[in-house]
Amino acid sequence: MYRYMLMVRRFNERMLLLQRQGRIAFFTESNGEEACQIGGAWPLNRGDWVYQSYRDAGMCLVRGVTLKALVDQLMGNADDPNKGRQMGAHWGYKESNMVSLASPVGTHIVQAVGTAYAAKFKKDKTVCFTTFGDGATSQGEFHSALNFAGVFKVPVVFFCENNQYAISLPFRRQTASENVAIKAEAYGFEGVLVDGNDVLAVYKATKAAVDKARSGGGPTLIEAVTYRMAGHSSSDDPNRYRSPEETEHWKARDPIKRFRAYMTKKGLLTEQEDRAMQEKVENEIVTVIKESEKVPQPPVTSMFTDVYAEIPWYLKEESDELTREGS
Amino acid sequence: MPSLNMVQAVNGTLRDEMRRNGNMVLLGEDIGRNGGVFRATEGLLDEFGPERVVDTPLSEDGIIGMAIGMALYGLQPVAEIQFLDFIYPAFNQIVSDLAKFRYRSGGQYPVRMVVRTPYGGGIKGGLYHSQSTEAYFTHTPGLVVLTPSNPYDAKGLLVSAMRSPDPVIFLEPKRLYRTIKQEVPAEDYSIPIGKASLVQEGDNVTLITWGPMVQTCREAVALAGRENIRVELIDLRSLLPFDLETILASVEKTGRVVIAHEAAKISGFGGEISAQISERAMDSLRAPILRVAGYDTPFPYALEKVYLPSPERILRSIRKAYNY
Repeated sequence: MYRYMLMVRRFNERMLLLQRQGRIAFFTESNGEEACQIGGAWPLNRGDWVYQSYRDAGMCLVRGVTLKALVDQLMGNADDPNKGRQMGAHWGYKESNMVSLASPVGTHIVQAVGTAYAAKFKKDKTVCFTTFGDGATSQGEFHSALNFAGVFKVPVVFFCENNQYAISLPFRRQTASENVAIKAEAYGFEGVLVDGNDVLAVYKATKAAVDKARSGGGPTLIEAVTYRMAGHSSSDDPNRYRSPEETEHWKARDPIKRFRAYMTKKGLLTEQEDRAMQEKVENEIVTVIKESEKVPQPPVTSMFTDVYAEIPWYLKEESDELTREGS
Repeated sequence: MPSLNMVQAVNGTLRDEMRRNGNMVLLGEDIGRNGGVFRATEGLLDEFGPERVVDTPLSEDGIIGMAIGMALYGLQPVAEIQFLDFIYPAFNQIVSDLAKFRYRSGGQYPVRMVVRTPYGGGIKGGLYHSQSTEAYFTHTPGLVVLTPSNPYDAKGLLVSAMRSPDPVIFLEPKRLYRTIKQEVPAEDYSIPIGKASLVQEGDNVTLITWGPMVQTCREAVALAGRENIRVELIDLRSLLPFDLETILASVEKTGRVVIAHEAAKISGFGGEISAQISERAMDSLRAPILRVAGYDTPFPYALEKVYLPSPERILRSIRKAYNY
């Protein structure tokens, strides 16, 4: 767990640096949200499905997505399993059941309910897990999803990573509710509020919800309260809408520092081991970046595939014209 | 061979495919106990049970979003949206997700599902039970858009839609649900996607249409016949992809084209067909391409009959093209 938390922190920092150097176009960090990312994904089985949002690199890693696959996506190169079709951090990895996502916020939440319905229909023991931020709870699809999940009593876990901000809008302006978790009550199932900066607490809450879903107990809404330490994305300047004091307050509650202190105190981690782990993680990331940068851009004609199962006549025409005459 | 109206043909086709394919599920508002507001799903709940014929809460984005999630896990949902006019809460699901899943995931996550929805005017439904907004969907790469105009085609096209690997928007002209009866073979058959139907041959003017306007155009063709204008009538059936070959072959023969649709004229799908013909068959044309369409207003209630293109209005355009 700790190693993954370190990895996602270093990954965030490195990717932001690449963005600043113009080597990737866009990135959405998850600094400060590592406990949610790692603790949230940890209890899931390999066959479980995750409908993710665009801040879930940590979950991808826990689910077995390689660092290289993440970097390939950010670079939009020919090795990206998504074929370079989406802007950065819009991951999709079928092998890990990390479902591809759209940018419009919240559309995936209700899709997760459909997948959970299908799993129940097929009598599989699959649990469907979906993540979203506090902003998404204002969307119609959040309501539809929780409403449908309650009515059909499907094996789904709603995981709200409440990082206090939807780009610039603070949580108190997103809803007049005291918190997100209490909204579950209105849909007829349980809501759970958890300290999102405590990885073990997140793990425990998620594990209980996942076990409940798997054994036919229906949906749960978890709200993990955390803080987005960085900007919304590489294009955002959070100093425009929040104070340095507030950021400092949350920095003191950094989930990695907390977990490190806990493990050191319990005698589970020495300073030396910690340093060695950090170095190893750093080296892995640097090596992967070098590899990914060597991979060329996807071929031009790949633009026309996967719109449909078969290329229709008019796309064939457009593709041939591009090949013949150039862009 | 049984004689069926369109809603019976749709009902029977859904039943046959449900029997054939255990992964097929239906979902929508009032489709179970009530059999659908147009009775297209009548009797299916009793035969297949509530897990396969799912009455959902009243939420179109919920229906389409849920269907997408079902499809990704390997079910084959056919979602019903009660009226095309009600589909807009699900527009984001359709445009941002349904149409783009396969593409954006590099082919990892194709979505195989059908959205059935009644459309068009003629039932005194006013603004929100009458519209023909097929162009919203034909302007969205990744979708297939089909619309039958008779019971026989309804079965053949719906079979193709349900077996298509791509997401299909299936538009059912509601005013034709019970107006035409036709022999519909009980055995399995399908009509290929992307293939138009040549309803009537003629060599003076090409009339291109689809869905509910096919019947109106038939009347216009008969009226033109009395004036010795031989009109070739094409029912596109498949809007995306569309059958350019059949269109161009006809235009080369007649050199004169009229396009008729119920939707408002500006940015309607007729504009696309017109542009395709001008780009490719300019030398064959002997008259400007004319469009007969709904007026560019919202769909009116009291003046519905005035709004909908009539056989006489279509005839006037046929004459104009012929005499140009």
